[in-house]
Amino acid sequence: MNWFTKTFSSTIGRKIVMSITGLFLCSFLVVHLLGNLTLFRNDGGEAFNLYSHFMAHNGIIRTMEIVLLLGFLFHIYDAIVLNRRNSSARPINYAENHPEQNTGTWASRNMGLLGTVILVFLIIHLWNFFVPARFGGLDPVVIEDVEYENLYVRVVQSFQVWWYVLIYVLGMIALAYHLIHGFQSAFQSLGLTHKKYTPFIQIFGFAFSVLVCLGFAIIPIYFFFSQQ
Amino acid sequence: MAGNNPNAKLMNLTLKVWRQRNMNTPGQLVTYPVKNISPDMSFLEMLDVVNEELLIKGEDPIAFDHDCREGICGMCSLFINGRAHGPERGTTTCQLHMRSFKDNDTITIEPWRAAAFPVYKDLIVDRSAFDRIQQAGGYVSVNTGGVPDANEIPIPKTIADKAFDAATCIGCGACVAACKNASAMLFVSAKVSQLAMLPQGKVERKTRVENMVAQMDIEGFGACSNTGACAAECPVGISLENIAIMNREYISAKATSENVA
Amino acid sequence: MILDSKIPEGPLAEKWDKHKFNVKLVNPANKRKYDIIVVGTGLAGASAAATFGELGYNVKAFCYQDSPRRAHSIAAQGGINAAKNYQNDGDSIFRLFYDTIKGGDYRAREANVYRLAQVSVNIIDQCVAQGVPFAREYGGLLANRSFGGAQVSRTFYARGQTGQQLLLGAYSALNRQIAYGKVKMYPRTEMLDLVMVDGKARGIVTRNLITGKVESHSAHAVVLATGGYGNVFFLSTNAMGSNTTAAWRAHRRGALFANPCYTQIHPTCIPVSGSHQSKLTLMSESLRNDGRVWVPKTIELAKKLQTGEIKASDIAEADRDYYLERKYPAFGNLVPRDVASRNAKLVCDEGRGVGSSGLAVYLDFADAIKRDGLSAISAKYGNLFDMYAKITDENPYESPMRIYPAVHYTMGGLWVDYNLMTNLPGLYATGECNFSDHGANRLGASALMQGLADGYFVIPYTIGNYLAEMPATKVSTDHPAFKEAEQNVMAITNKLLSINGTRTVDDFHKALGQIMWDYCGMARNAEGLKFAKQEIKKLRAEFWRDVKVIGVNEELNMTLEKAHRVADFLELGELMVDDALNRNESCGGHFREESQTPENEALRDDENYAYVAAWQYAGEGQEPILHKEELKFENVKLTQRSYK
Repeated sequence: MNWFTKTFSSTIGRKIVMSITGLFLCSFLVVHLLGNLTLFRNDGGEAFNLYSHFMAHNGIIRTMEIVLLLGFLFHIYDAIVLNRRNSSARPINYAENHPEQNTGTWASRNMGLLGTVILVFLIIHLWNFFVPARFGGLDPVVIEDVEYENLYVRVVQSFQVWWYVLIYVLGMIALAYHLIHGFQSAFQSLGLTHKKYTPFIQIFGFAFSVLVCLGFAIIPIYFFFSQQ
Repeated sequence: MAGNNPNAKLMNLTLKVWRQRNMNTPGQLVTYPVKNISPDMSFLEMLDVVNEELLIKGEDPIAFDHDCREGICGMCSLFINGRAHGPERGTTTCQLHMRSFKDNDTITIEPWRAAAFPVYKDLIVDRSAFDRIQQAGGYVSVNTGGVPDANEIPIPKTIADKAFDAATCIGCGACVAACKNASAMLFVSAKVSQLAMLPQGKVERKTRVENMVAQMDIEGFGACSNTGACAAECPVGISLENIAIMNREYISAKATSENVA
Repeated sequence: MILDSKIPEGPLAEKWDKHKFNVKLVNPANKRKYDIIVVGTGLAGASAAATFGELGYNVKAFCYQDSPRRAHSIAAQGGINAAKNYQNDGDSIFRLFYDTIKGGDYRAREANVYRLAQVSVNIIDQCVAQGVPFAREYGGLLANRSFGGAQVSRTFYARGQTGQQLLLGAYSALNRQIAYGKVKMYPRTEMLDLVMVDGKARGIVTRNLITGKVESHSAHAVVLATGGYGNVFFLSTNAMGSNTTAAWRAHRRGALFANPCYTQIHPTCIPVSGSHQSKLTLMSESLRNDGRVWVPKTIELAKKLQTGEIKASDIAEADRDYYLERKYPAFGNLVPRDVASRNAKLVCDEGRGVGSSGLAVYLDFADAIKRDGLSAISAKYGNLFDMYAKITDENPYESPMRIYPAVHYTMGGLWVDYNLMTNLPGLYATGECNFSDHGANRLGASALMQGLADGYFVIPYTIGNYLAEMPATKVSTDHPAFKEAEQNVMAITNKLLSINGTRTVDDFHKALGQIMWDYCGMARNAEGLKFAKQEIKKLRAEFWRDVKVIGVNEELNMTLEKAHRVADFLELGELMVDDALNRNESCGGHFREESQTPENEALRDDENYAYVAAWQYAGEGQEPILHKEELKFENVKLTQRSYK
């Protein structure tokens, strides 16, 4: 191994990868949420369908999609490697253990579990929206004489189902907890702490996590109740 | 005959203690009823009492590490009722007193659990991994003699105080024991950041952090999940900030050092 | 036997420099051919082992703890003295020398003490270079404080953890040499015998505390840095594992033991709380700067306090006896350790002690809090107050602390010459393990100084003088002398394991401690000492008849470890009594009731006792043989200490 691979396969190196990919995925969440907000425009899904079409066909976006995919893969791969390493670092568990008594938040101890829930959610989510949008299978819709895939209808239909809404809400709760710990933790892993700025990062990270996830979660709830 | 509290009520307790003959034999929790424990006893003095009784009965006493019994040598350990060094914050096991427990309590006592800390016997573990990490770079390379006058290099008081805070680590291993990943990041970072802050240590800061982290990984400790359990259980209050400082040192060393191996 | 201290000729201030020039040197290329064993890795041992490694020798270092970082040097709180005169308050090497000689009640060697004061300045430089975070002023330079009643501020400190920081410095230097392969470290290994080959110390026999394996290690010289023997009293401020075994086994092989009766009893410790007590905890001496020591004026009031009928606050100012301030108006609560301790014992013996045992006096901060405010006192002593509260469950901000003296340090130890070599060629003793620098009483903040002076700056020079004269040929551990020593160790072990009696090792240890404390503690008299000698003999006989040690040698066996140590304490205890009986004078930590001034102060007898008492082991059951090294004072005038 050369110094580069050595660095990124060390425990700290892998945490650096987790942090950078994690923050990158956070930035993706912002873009995704902003796009999703077009769902709330009362235009029968026109803006949303234009937006989703753009996302599915624009060259730059397509390139970023690969980067995003890599981000996910690295994040997940390193999480698995770290998790295995961490569990082998304690082959025999305590008969009695009370980590809840020493301040660490529940989320900080369960990032793997939260991550897995998010991954399951993600697969369902992609299967339902991304795959048909990207590879076909949606009904067409015509906007200003051009034919587009009608992702909007898929959204509306999907969120008629109560258990589907529930999956989304639960997925977003998991994501919120994941981010509440992950956001500020990334800065700690990257060594970006400072007496002046760290408190701000922590407050911002909390607000970010809650607001973004709330923003996502409102969509299925909104559609569930507005279409009743 | 309690010293400060003549009316202190003696306690009866049930101990569940990890007994393991040696490294190659599997162990198990064994239950011992204990009677007439004074709340003024330290936790280890309570174990002394148990051991004297076991000895008289011809049974093998419970082996546990301890030495100074004033909270500074770092030799005592013990995972007590699911907590490193027991239920009190900022306290080593030797400074934990029985008044922290109630009559008829059941107390579970286990050794530090980590692959890098194999059990020698009962509650005694091998912490030599810590020494090897320090040997990898936890020093300033100066020989005896031939050093400048102590006041030659002024060091701002705030920096000196911060370096001192990191330097107070007693090397007990509670951070590893409490961490869900059995990570040694707090221990390693305390030394890395102490020496990175001081002018004397800056000369070797890059090789130091690279080598100490490499050794930490070789020893089989887990990675940091930033749960903060280590700092919360640290008997001398080593701050989590040291881990961030070490991460920073590591990144900058890896990015800029000429070590390509 | 003639004791040759090998003190160099010439004026005091030039002795060490001249000696350094005169000692023979080992060729740098030849150093790697010599092996040195260092037993103990506290300040004296770790610093020596690291420095030997740096010089190029091959070193084997041993400690009984799981890591060299745990040695009990780590527990020293107050600080380390050095004649830097950074504070411009009139300190000098000569003043530090003078204070140390006087503090030791004129029972230390002038030349050794002067050298100690000389190298003290190098220690601070060395430690700072290692990254030891000493306290600093806002300007970035090192801070100092006055300590233990010294008239100048020469004590360097790192909050209340100076010993820890210095030890971790030495430990880091040691680690560096371990990484280089120059030092091989053997933790959890206890020395159980010294091996003499052709009249020279050539190795040791050890027991691996994990596997029980008994092993021989050969070398060209052996350095003992194994600390003091305060645990002979069972209760002391020493670590639980601190023991005399290495030094005692060397004594049995012929090394002289000097001044064993010089014991320092520290006045400010947390009192015993019950029969379960396993050790005592020191509260820093600095507390006496602001705390006022008192007991009730009458026994009646003390009785009521002891039974819990009344509290300290119920006692009116007029009914309190601030006995140190009353008896020593000039120094008040800041009298030296031995004076403060003895007076606490006196008032408790009168029945005026406090606490349920009656064996405690008050250290009261009420006036200081009133004067300086709670926050000022908390800033100064907060961590000490917290420690006190943790241990006693009492709040020292509200009610006065209870303190009582406890055994803290032993000035006696293996006899060494100016080169720190014992009378056995090739066997050295450094730090608290030797007897050399503190006389009959050690000053505060001087133990750390001596340990590091010996290890960093003295023995690295003097050992070369010895090695340069001997061939580099190694002795095999198959040599009959090694085999004999191994068999000796196994014989003791097997004996201990075979007795299978009814009393535990701790039980014997506690009984010994009680005898030592009662008759060879803060005050001693001929009658008591003679009685104690018989009691110890009886106890020792019973130990070898009735001790219960279970298990086998080939495992981690804590009881067996302790049994070896207590067996040696049982012999050392008797020697301490012999020495105390022989020294029919009071000096420093040794107070003979027969030798006191009309005001009950210690009275020295320079005419008859200005000597080092070095005892030779004469065999089991034989009376030890006394050798005297006369102490010559050419640079200081002997005066009676007075703190009135």
